[in-house]
Amino acid sequence: MGIMRSSLVAIALTALAAPALAQEEAPTPPSQHWSFQGPFGSLDLASAQRGFQVYSEVCSVCHSLEYLHYRDLRGIGLSADQIKAIAASVTVPQGLDDNGDPKEGPATPADQFKVPYPLPNPLQIGVTHTNEKADRAAHNGALPPDLTLIVNARENGPNYVYAVLTGYADAPASFKLMEGMNYNKFFPGHQIAMPQPLHDDQVTYADGTKATVEQMSHDVVTFLAWAANPEMVQRKQMGWRWVLFFLVMAGLTYAVKRKVWADVH
Amino acid sequence: MAEAHKSEFSNPLVNWIDTRLPIFTMMQKEYGTFPTPKNFNYFWNFGALATVSLVIMIVTGIFLAMNYQPNAQLAFDSVQHIMRDVNYGWLIRYIHQNGASMFFITVYIHIFRGMYYGSYKSPRELLWMLGVVILLLMMATAFMGYVLPWGQMSYWGATVITNLFSAFPIVGKPIVTFLWGGYSVSNPTLNRFFSLHYLLPFVLVGVVFLHVAALHVVGSNNPLGIDVKSPQDTVPFHPYYTVKDSVGLCVFFLVYAILVFFAPNFLGDVNNFIPANPLQTPADIVPEWYLLPYYAILRSVPNKLLGVCMMFGSILILFVLPWLDTSKVRSARFRPIYRQIIWVWLAAVIVLGVCGAHKPEGIWVVLARIGTLYYFLHFLVILPILGKLERPLPLPESISRPVIVGGGPMPSGATAKPMEKA
Repeated sequence: MGIMRSSLVAIALTALAAPALAQEEAPTPPSQHWSFQGPFGSLDLASAQRGFQVYSEVCSVCHSLEYLHYRDLRGIGLSADQIKAIAASVTVPQGLDDNGDPKEGPATPADQFKVPYPLPNPLQIGVTHTNEKADRAAHNGALPPDLTLIVNARENGPNYVYAVLTGYADAPASFKLMEGMNYNKFFPGHQIAMPQPLHDDQVTYADGTKATVEQMSHDVVTFLAWAANPEMVQRKQMGWRWVLFFLVMAGLTYAVKRKVWADVH
Repeated sequence: MAEAHKSEFSNPLVNWIDTRLPIFTMMQKEYGTFPTPKNFNYFWNFGALATVSLVIMIVTGIFLAMNYQPNAQLAFDSVQHIMRDVNYGWLIRYIHQNGASMFFITVYIHIFRGMYYGSYKSPRELLWMLGVVILLLMMATAFMGYVLPWGQMSYWGATVITNLFSAFPIVGKPIVTFLWGGYSVSNPTLNRFFSLHYLLPFVLVGVVFLHVAALHVVGSNNPLGIDVKSPQDTVPFHPYYTVKDSVGLCVFFLVYAILVFFAPNFLGDVNNFIPANPLQTPADIVPEWYLLPYYAILRSVPNKLLGVCMMFGSILILFVLPWLDTSKVRSARFRPIYRQIIWVWLAAVIVLGVCGAHKPEGIWVVLARIGTLYYFLHFLVILPILGKLERPLPLPESISRPVIVGGGPMPSGATAKPMEKA
C-alpha cells in the first residue's frame, strides 16, 4: 500500500496545484505530533477551539467549510449557548422575503457555515456551494478550496496542511516566481496563490496561549481534522469495544470448536 | 396425486409448513446433516465469509440508498450528509466502503484455495465457472459502486474504464456512448450506474445460490483432493463446520472492525474527497486495490485493443482452467512442481498489482510486462504441459486413512472412528 500511496501523493499535489504548474515533487512534510493520530487518538478540544478561532478570524475570509453546520461545533466541546451566540454573530442569506428580494439575517445553530462567495440562487437543498467565478475573480484567478475535507483530500493531510501554513519563505535567487504568486517550501511547484495567511500574534487567544505561526497552524489543523472526520472520537471508542468483543468471541468460539471436534480423528 | 412429503419435525407448526413446503427438511439436509469431508483446513472458511460479506454489503447498501442522491449535482453532498447528519451514517458507509475490500480479499483467497487444491477439476468444473461469473459480477458491481460518491477518482475512473470499450472496432464508440447515456460521463451515467449497482448484487445472490447448489450436488473438495469414499470420511456440516466457520467469521470481523474503526480510508484514494470535476484530470488515475492487477495487464500492452482483450482475457481464461490443467491430481500437496509454481503465479499477480499502482514508466513497465507474460504463460503453457510431465506423489487411500509416504502432515497412525451425530 505504501507504494501505491506514494504515487497518489503526486496526484493529490497536482490537483492542488491547479492551474497546472510544473509537476515537481515537493519535499515530504515533516511529521508533527497530533492529538487525533493513532488508534487511541482523541481530539485536543482546547486546540480545536483555538483552531476554530483562527479559522473564523483568518481563513473564513476566503475559505468555506461547506459541510459544517454551527450545531456541529458541539463536537469541539462548545456549549449550546456558545454555539447560539456564535451563529447569531454571523449574517447569512435567508432565502427571499415576501417581495421576492434576497433576505439576510443572523444564523441559527441549524444553519450551514457561512460561505464566503455563495451562489446567488442555490439549486441545492442542504448545501450552499461557492460561486466559483466570483471567488476566482476576487482572488486573482485562484480558487480557495473548501476546507471541510482538506485534511482527508491530501496525502499525509494534517502534516501537509501544517507544512504549507508554516512553509512560506523567500524564494531562492534562482527561482522564478510568477507575478502575484508566493513561494512555499511544501506546496507542489513551490508557487502558491495564497499569500502567507498566518503571522505571529495575528489572533489573540482567550486562554493566553501565545499565537505563534506554528501554534496557530497546529490549532487550525486540529480543527480541520475534526471538520473532516467529526465522527473520529466516537468511531475509535466504538472500535475498541468491537475489537475486544470479536477477540473474546474468537477465543470462545475457538474453544467451542476444539470441544466439538475433540471426537473427530 | 403425488405422495405428500412426510416431515419428521416434531414442532407442529414447523411440521405443518414442512409438509407443504419442505424448506426445513432442505435446510436440515443441506446445512445440518450435509456430509462434509472431515479434513478441511481454515482455507475452507472463505466461501462462508464471502457469503457473509455479500449479505453485509446488501444490507448496508440498502440503508445507504435511503439517504443517497444519484444525481451529479447532489451525489457528493449526499454522501457527506450520510457521513455527518444521518444517525450512524458514517458507520454504515464505512462498513460498506471497506466491505468491498473485505469481500474481494475473501473471494481472492477463496479462489486461490480452489487453485491450490484443484477444486476446479472434474466434477466441479461448472461450480468453478459459476464462481468466475460471480467474480465478474463483483467487479462490475464494485466498479459502479465506486462511481457513486462522485469524487474525482469516481469520475475519472469511470471515464477511463468505460473508455476501454472504445478500443473495439466499429461497435466500440457506440457502446461507450450507450454506457454513458451521453457523450461524456455525466448525470445519466451516474443514474444508470446507481440502478445497476443496486440490481447486480441480487443477481449475485442468484448466482451464489447456483454456486452453492452445484457444490451440494458434487460435494466439497478437500485438502487431499481425493474423493469421499465412505461415511467415515465425512462429518455432518452442523455442528462441525458451523462452529469452524464461526471461528473464521470472528477473525474476519476482527480485521473488518480494525479497518472500519481505525483506518476507514486507508484503502481509499485521497482524490475521492474532492468533488468530481470534469475540467481537471488527476495526474494518475488508479483503480481500487482489488482491480490493480488487471489494470497493470491493460497498461502493459502498447496496443489499446490488445490490452483490453488481455485484461478481459486474464479473467475469462479462468473459465477454461479446468481443461488447461491436464493433471488428474487435484491437490497441490501431491504435485511437487505445481505446489511451487502456483506461488510464482501468485507472486506475479501481486507484482502486477504493485505495477498497477504506479505510473507506467521505467521499471514498472518492464515488471508489468514480465508479470503479464508469466500470468498467461502459467495458464496457457505451464499447466497443460506440467500435467503430462509431473510425477505426482502417491495419493492416500482415503481421507480417513491418509497412510501413505509423503502424504502430507496427517498423523500416520490415525484410525477412523464412526462419527457420532450431534
